[in-house]
Amino acid sequence: MSEIRDVIIIGSGPAGYTAGIYAARAQLAPLVFEGSVTAGGALMNTTEVENFPGFTDGIMGPALMEQMRAQAERFGAELITDDIVSVDLSGETKVVTDGSGGVHRARAVILAMGSGYRELGLPSEKRLSGHGVSWCATCDGFFFRDQDIAVVGGGDSALEEATFLTRFARTVTLVHRRDALRGSKIMQERALANEKMRFAWNSAVEEIQGEAKVSGIVLRDTVTGELRDLPVTGLFIAIGHDPRSELVREQVRVDGEGYVLVDSGSTRTSLSGVFACGDLVDHTYRQAITAAGSGCAAALDAERFLAASE
Amino acid sequence: MGATKIVTDASFADDVLLSTKPVVVDFWAEWCGPCKMVAPILEEIAAANDGIVIAKLNVDENPQTSASYGITSIPTLNVYQGGKVVKTIVGAKPKAALLADLAPYL
Repeated sequence: MSEIRDVIIIGSGPAGYTAGIYAARAQLAPLVFEGSVTAGGALMNTTEVENFPGFTDGIMGPALMEQMRAQAERFGAELITDDIVSVDLSGETKVVTDGSGGVHRARAVILAMGSGYRELGLPSEKRLSGHGVSWCATCDGFFFRDQDIAVVGGGDSALEEATFLTRFARTVTLVHRRDALRGSKIMQERALANEKMRFAWNSAVEEIQGEAKVSGIVLRDTVTGELRDLPVTGLFIAIGHDPRSELVREQVRVDGEGYVLVDSGSTRTSLSGVFACGDLVDHTYRQAITAAGSGCAAALDAERFLAASE
Repeated sequence: MGATKIVTDASFADDVLLSTKPVVVDFWAEWCGPCKMVAPILEEIAAANDGIVIAKLNVDENPQTSASYGITSIPTLNVYQGGKVVKTIVGAKPKAALLADLAPYL
């Protein structure tokens, strides 16, 4: 049997790494499961982060995460690039199992699994994934040089992706269900002023066309129900995220959308000794800085819990 | 022990298509976050499996090969056997999932 640690953190990203920094500085020797391919979290798929305080000229998302990671490591957080595949959080000693079958135990667990991108739910979407359908503009924009492509979504991520993609594409059509954008003012202005941007308002993606690769999409007018074809070679999907709470849904309380519920003004979940932070909890703000803030709070809550139960 | 092998547009035919062992080609680029997450997993798989070659092709520097195989998303892992693509894996996956996908060739 493995030793019983003070705290295990599941997930990385700004929330998990910040919890790691604080827990390590509190000498709790945290064990952090970063995730085997999700290490670093959602910011690993972004480019310039312009609104993280302290970085006057912006910083690349992956670079910011690399620094947070190194900072956690510097204070003694033990980082493991593996997934947690099952948990038993109910007892006084929490037990988690990693992707290689290793079993780890701790008195407190911090959940920071973040969120995963949402899919449209069309049968053609999976088949054409990697053949014109993409969820990562920074990874795949390069392959659509001088082509006509579309981005579906209306929030900040969609606007950021669409604006980024204009560097490569001939035109980028933003497909949005409503007739107005939801993103921040500065992102909206940037997108609206961009000559390569087109807007398909009140439109939903009904079907993705193409056999071996994307040749176009069918749009349905959300007001009139009318269908029309939009010939594009690429479709980037940015319609939001869902919390990655599958692992713990049967054990801690979650809301109707799967977000882990915490006591107001804290990071305490419905189970004693289990804390949650970041996008796993937050369907309101979802920023790198708010995730980092809640990661800090989770580490402090865990530290107080451990001190009180001694 | 195996290490990953760097291949280019120029060396692709010799190193990949004419290889006697199956070759996994990792199409990647410096600016791709998920590619960086998959890289260490591939190093581990290469080190532990001598029956397969794990090759890396930088799509930025080698546009010809990427275009001729219709790569529009990275990371993409293509498995080549006897000069033909026998398997395509799109996107970063955990090690266990990659090993399961590659099991027939290891």
